[in-house]
Amino acid sequence: MKILVPIKRVVDYNVKVRPLSDQSNVDLNNVKMSVNPFCEIALEEAVRLKESGAASEVIAVTVGKQDSQEQLRTALALGADRAILVESDNLVEPLVIAKALANICEDENPNLIILGKQAIDGDNNQTGQMLAALMGYAQATNASEINISGDSANVTREIDGGLQTIQVSLPAIVTTDLRLNEPRYASLPNIMKAKKKELNIISLADMGFDISNRTELLSVELPAERAAGVTVESVDELMDKLKNEAKVIS
Amino acid sequence: MKILVIAEHDNNNLKGSTNSTIAAAREIGSDINVLVAGLACSNVANEVASLDGVTTVLLADDAAYENFLAEDIAKLVISIADDFEYILAPATTFGKNFLPRVSALLDSQQISEITAVLGPDTFKRPIYAGSCIATVKTLDDKKIISVRSTAFDGVNSGSAIAEVKDIASVGTDGKSSFVNEELAVSDRPELTAADIVISGGRGMQSGDNFHLLDSIADKLGAAVGASRAAVDAGFVPNDYQVGQTGKIVAPDLYIAVGISGAIQHLAGMKDSKVIVAINKDEDAPIFQVADYGLVADLFEALPELDSKL
Repeated sequence: MKILVPIKRVVDYNVKVRPLSDQSNVDLNNVKMSVNPFCEIALEEAVRLKESGAASEVIAVTVGKQDSQEQLRTALALGADRAILVESDNLVEPLVIAKALANICEDENPNLIILGKQAIDGDNNQTGQMLAALMGYAQATNASEINISGDSANVTREIDGGLQTIQVSLPAIVTTDLRLNEPRYASLPNIMKAKKKELNIISLADMGFDISNRTELLSVELPAERAAGVTVESVDELMDKLKNEAKVIS
Repeated sequence: MKILVIAEHDNNNLKGSTNSTIAAAREIGSDINVLVAGLACSNVANEVASLDGVTTVLLADDAAYENFLAEDIAKLVISIADDFEYILAPATTFGKNFLPRVSALLDSQQISEITAVLGPDTFKRPIYAGSCIATVKTLDDKKIISVRSTAFDGVNSGSAIAEVKDIASVGTDGKSSFVNEELAVSDRPELTAADIVISGGRGMQSGDNFHLLDSIADKLGAAVGASRAAVDAGFVPNDYQVGQTGKIVAPDLYIAVGISGAIQHLAGMKDSKVIVAINKDEDAPIFQVADYGLVADLFEALPELDSKL
């Protein structure tokens, strides 16, 4: 079984992102970039499936600028067998990413595609479902457990009310939630080995479909600030404030 | 400008996220049509028909839609999509599951989790866990939009009753099937619908200690939530999680207990009307968003609060 793991280069989750002073976009100058945390979980799951013998090959792929090679090398150090960069000059939207990934799926014919449920930059939560639709595949989003048996998989999904288990026929798309696994760290020998693994670069523009963005970013601003609060000294004072000032309890 | 809203429900009851999504639709236009897809869900359709601002209810009552599988709901929406310029769904695990499929099949770039409508094609939405708010304009003719429920006050029942029209099922493609569901059962209000939420973090130290919150929640009629740290530590199940990747809540009162206040947690609760933080670390970031902060050991403060309510 071949598993494709699309990943994304994003601002590291510890970075507090701010708008540029002209509010035209977020300020990404000199900030630390990482593999999107949900993509790390996707990669970890694929590597574990390979280690258990259920999968034979794990391919990491990203759609992004040239600097995304850095995140693909990380993926290779974490256990992917080879990597593909679909290189674009600009950052593109989820629909374009999904179309590029559909192109890769046509070439590679993976049995399973595991992605993060969302990237922590745009918080869109779209790419996996879009790819599933374009390929006509079944999908299981927000996965907290994956069990493969033959040509289907049982996936437990984290939904608002609790947990739901569905069965999807393969090939299928799975998107990962936080509790699917705890990703490993790359060891130094594996980082060294990753430098020698295959990383192919394909041009997004050469894929032959419209890659223009469908939305315009008009501005980026900080959210409304909350007014400064007060420190109360005791439970009694807190209860008094909630009853008589905020009037939220009676 | 015909608008289609996809209703979220459990075949018996309408979810409040639908009322909020209809409220967002009313800021876009007035021809609002609501699709209710499910099995034996005519009660839900009748409830939707009574809501303010609803023009028509489209009812697809068929076994194919009983469990709201993304492939089948998307296929149904596509079958009627020609008639509509806007397709809206709540940005809950229900809406997030199928709406991007609809968007891709219509070759449109979805706008996710809008928090404000600025014009027919211009919307605000949070990015980077709500650290920034983006204003985006869509250039697509078909506008596919998911709506953050907490940002819009849900519509109530009005005086008029909209027509309910049956629409044909387009069946299931059979690529996925429902196995089972374990839904949390609680007498307390649902997290996203509660007027008061009390949440615990890593500071709670164990799942057993959450009974300190349960007792207060019962007295206040509150829902109980948790930070990701508490969920990851195994104190409580995932459906308690409030935050960027959990539930977004905006109650009248949010009480954060033993929660440090990571940006990912703040993303899920900072639009609450009144925020209380109880934490023994006076430097915890949660105090920066709290209206009332109490620096105290929660194991002393909670029993005292409980006894005085």
